[in-house]
Amino acid sequence: MRLAGRLGGAAVSLLMVAVLGFFLFRVVPGDPVVSMTRGRPTTAAMQAELRTQFGLDRPLVEQFWHYFTGLLRGDMGTSFTFRRPVADVILERLGPTLLLVGTSTLIAVVLGLWLGVRAAWRRDSGFDRATTGVSLTLWAVPTFWLGMLLMMATGDLFPSRGMRDTDTAPDFVSQALDVGHHLVLPSLTLVAVVCAEYVLVMRSSLLEEMHAPYLTTARAKGLRDDLVRRRHAVPNAVLPAITLVFLRFGLVVAGAITTETVFSWPGLGLLFYDALTGPDYFLLQGLLVVTAGAVVVMNLLADVLHGVLDPRVKVV
Amino acid sequence: MRVKSSALLAIATTLGVSAAPATAQEQAPTPVILKVAITQQIDSMNPFLAVFQSSTEIGRLMYDYLTAYAADDQRVTEGLANRWEPSADKLTWTFTVPEGKKWSDGQPITAQDVAFTYNLMLTDEVARTANGSFVTNFASVAATDDKTVVVKTKAPQVTMLALDIPIVPKHVWEKVTSVKDYTNEQMPVVGSGPFVLTEHVAGQFIKLKANKNYWRGAAKYDELHFVYFQNSDAAVQALAKGEVDLVNRMAPAQYESLEGKAGVTRNKAQGRRFTELLINPGAQTRTGEPIGDGNPALKDVRVRRAIAQAIDLDALVSRVNLGYAEKGAGLVPPVFDKWHWQPGTSEQREFDPAAANAALDAAGFPRRPDGTRFGLRLIGRAGRAYDEQASEYLKRSMSEIGIPLDVRLVTDNQLNEVTTAATYDLAFSGWATNVDPDFILSLHTCAQRPGADGKGGTTDAYFCDETYDKLYAQQLSEFDEGKRVEIVKQMQARFYDQVPAVVLAYENALEAYRSDHFARFTTQPAEGGVIMAQNGMWGYYGAEPAGRAAQSSGSRWPGLVLGGVVIAGLVVVSVLYARRRNATAGERE
Repeated sequence: MRLAGRLGGAAVSLLMVAVLGFFLFRVVPGDPVVSMTRGRPTTAAMQAELRTQFGLDRPLVEQFWHYFTGLLRGDMGTSFTFRRPVADVILERLGPTLLLVGTSTLIAVVLGLWLGVRAAWRRDSGFDRATTGVSLTLWAVPTFWLGMLLMMATGDLFPSRGMRDTDTAPDFVSQALDVGHHLVLPSLTLVAVVCAEYVLVMRSSLLEEMHAPYLTTARAKGLRDDLVRRRHAVPNAVLPAITLVFLRFGLVVAGAITTETVFSWPGLGLLFYDALTGPDYFLLQGLLVVTAGAVVVMNLLADVLHGVLDPRVKVV
Repeated sequence: MRVKSSALLAIATTLGVSAAPATAQEQAPTPVILKVAITQQIDSMNPFLAVFQSSTEIGRLMYDYLTAYAADDQRVTEGLANRWEPSADKLTWTFTVPEGKKWSDGQPITAQDVAFTYNLMLTDEVARTANGSFVTNFASVAATDDKTVVVKTKAPQVTMLALDIPIVPKHVWEKVTSVKDYTNEQMPVVGSGPFVLTEHVAGQFIKLKANKNYWRGAAKYDELHFVYFQNSDAAVQALAKGEVDLVNRMAPAQYESLEGKAGVTRNKAQGRRFTELLINPGAQTRTGEPIGDGNPALKDVRVRRAIAQAIDLDALVSRVNLGYAEKGAGLVPPVFDKWHWQPGTSEQREFDPAAANAALDAAGFPRRPDGTRFGLRLIGRAGRAYDEQASEYLKRSMSEIGIPLDVRLVTDNQLNEVTTAATYDLAFSGWATNVDPDFILSLHTCAQRPGADGKGGTTDAYFCDETYDKLYAQQLSEFDEGKRVEIVKQMQARFYDQVPAVVLAYENALEAYRSDHFARFTTQPAEGGVIMAQNGMWGYYGAEPAGRAAQSSGSRWPGLVLGGVVIAGLVVVSVLYARRRNATAGERE
């Protein structure tokens, strides 16, 4: 029953997002037709024609109805910027974003949790101080700046834009290596920036468990310190981190707007940035629905999984 | 195993990689490629719909126009047509399309293609999306034979040789049922220009190949690639590293950062752009209704003149543009020297704060006890270095004449909205101009102001002046070029005198290229001209490779190997980690 309730809640959230998205972006200042045609010989008749093509000449209520019924049919409208169906444009950018943000989230989670556990276990040691200090510093650094700095510091080693070169051989291996090569700097930037979150959450929740009586029992049984940590302390401390990880996975789809912008990585984050400069209403609405949808679904998953990992939290 | 191969396939699909092995390409000699950085998206490859500047520029490479602008001095020269003749009443124009020019697929280019293109625009509203302004005065277009196109206009039109309309192949486009839905990405795209579009990956890159059938002769290299950068700093970095060969639209600081860089040559060109300061002259709609909330003091031309006189344009150019600009005057930049106007000594408004103060006193705006006369809002764009620095500078200049400025830096969209709604006193703006000055002049006619509902306006500065409008109509039907130039200059003088805006500076176009890859580019005009964003395709078409040796792509391999090493490293680390886990898990209590 509670699961049904949660599903219902998720559906309502999505509906709210769809409605909100429409009106939210209409408040964004700017006239898409004016900004599209700025700087070229345009007559008022040509602007009117563009407005008709995009349906912007209709009353707002009619535009909303058109958008909403379209959304139910799976039609998100046509992007002004790319003159193609929004769903196609988003789908095309989903792969690169999943690749970049997925890879870096994975690395950041593994690295962050590992560092967090070590730091907590050797609290106040030089390692602890160094880890916390470095990760907090990287977290505080503006992503844009860090990205540019990495780009300059690494010289010719890594490419500065995009996902692949235009003149790489078309075979799979060359292309995959090329993508890997392009992936290094943006993912390094992302890992550096988000890793701290995992380090700190893991460290503090493990610290809470450190003096629990069951650890003393485990040690009394003669277990190695390493095993005490891994078998007993960490499984109990990992729950808050799991929640965070799932929330983060939800945000994977939203991409990493700044990182993608710095490195011109052709993902959803860059798409969002480009859409805002229009403003490209239909594209923005579509992106909001997709990214918010991902967060809602991941939250739901985190809820359910919590119950599985910790029997004290029952969902069903 | 099946799981593995399907996973590989999924990755391949994600990367957009075709699994087909390259057999033929590996044997072919390495093509010579010119890689160009662009920072604007491409909206469409359909020339009837594409309105972004970058799309138009690529369109010029794919399709020729009826006439062209020469590289050296921008005069009208042969395009698809090599002869043209207006009738005595200037209402009928006859263009001759000579035999021998071919589409990239080998079909002949004829007058039928030209008539088809123009008629498509006349009959289909959607086909007028991008270039409709050029045909509004057309009455009819017909091809009387394969070599002759006859265009009849409703009124004499002096800009008939400045029709920036890509001519499309009839044999391809007559099969198109809906212009709106046609992406024009059936590769290779049949065209008449020096390059043929072969691949477009939205948001990433565009590839073109040299058109071997091009009537002026094929370009001197094989491929032209445009790669998309969202961030101009990254584009400059990429040029420094040799990832791209050509970059434009650099800021002065970026341009200076490339000084002395080995293998890089910089090009400081006269630009087509100017920056201006709008002064709300009491904005009104076409029907005379006041619109917006500009300070009423600015309706007085004496006040506007005083403001202009209090700005030291030389200092602005040297401090804010860092010298990469020329001091502003008329609406047409000096790169179009025929049409460019400079004030004579009697018209010249010298920088003189004392005179400006006296003029404001005389106009009935004395200083109040606190030393100010009235305050004004200045709107600029946040994040644009020029607006940020120039607004600080203007703040000081205006306080000298008792006008405190309230500076608001907003987003590009907000700035557009504010200037459209006339809710500004002062605002930064700017335009890129064309070879023919008609468009930039038309922006300041009364008819460009919005309708009674505040919509449908394309005015730049809410200027409306009877004298100016009369001159505008006069130049539009003046077929004697010498006389037309005179009228165009008078219009600029009138604009300067009435000051609905102060032209602050004509910015230089700052470009740079890898001279170790490409020895030279054709600039337009020949002296101090630009390579990119020309009124034509000469910059790309005329590029000369520095020699095949320098083009070798061998240097790419260390990078690819590095990519491989990083991926392999990640795999090894995860395998080791997993193995270690398994090993210790074996030590059961």
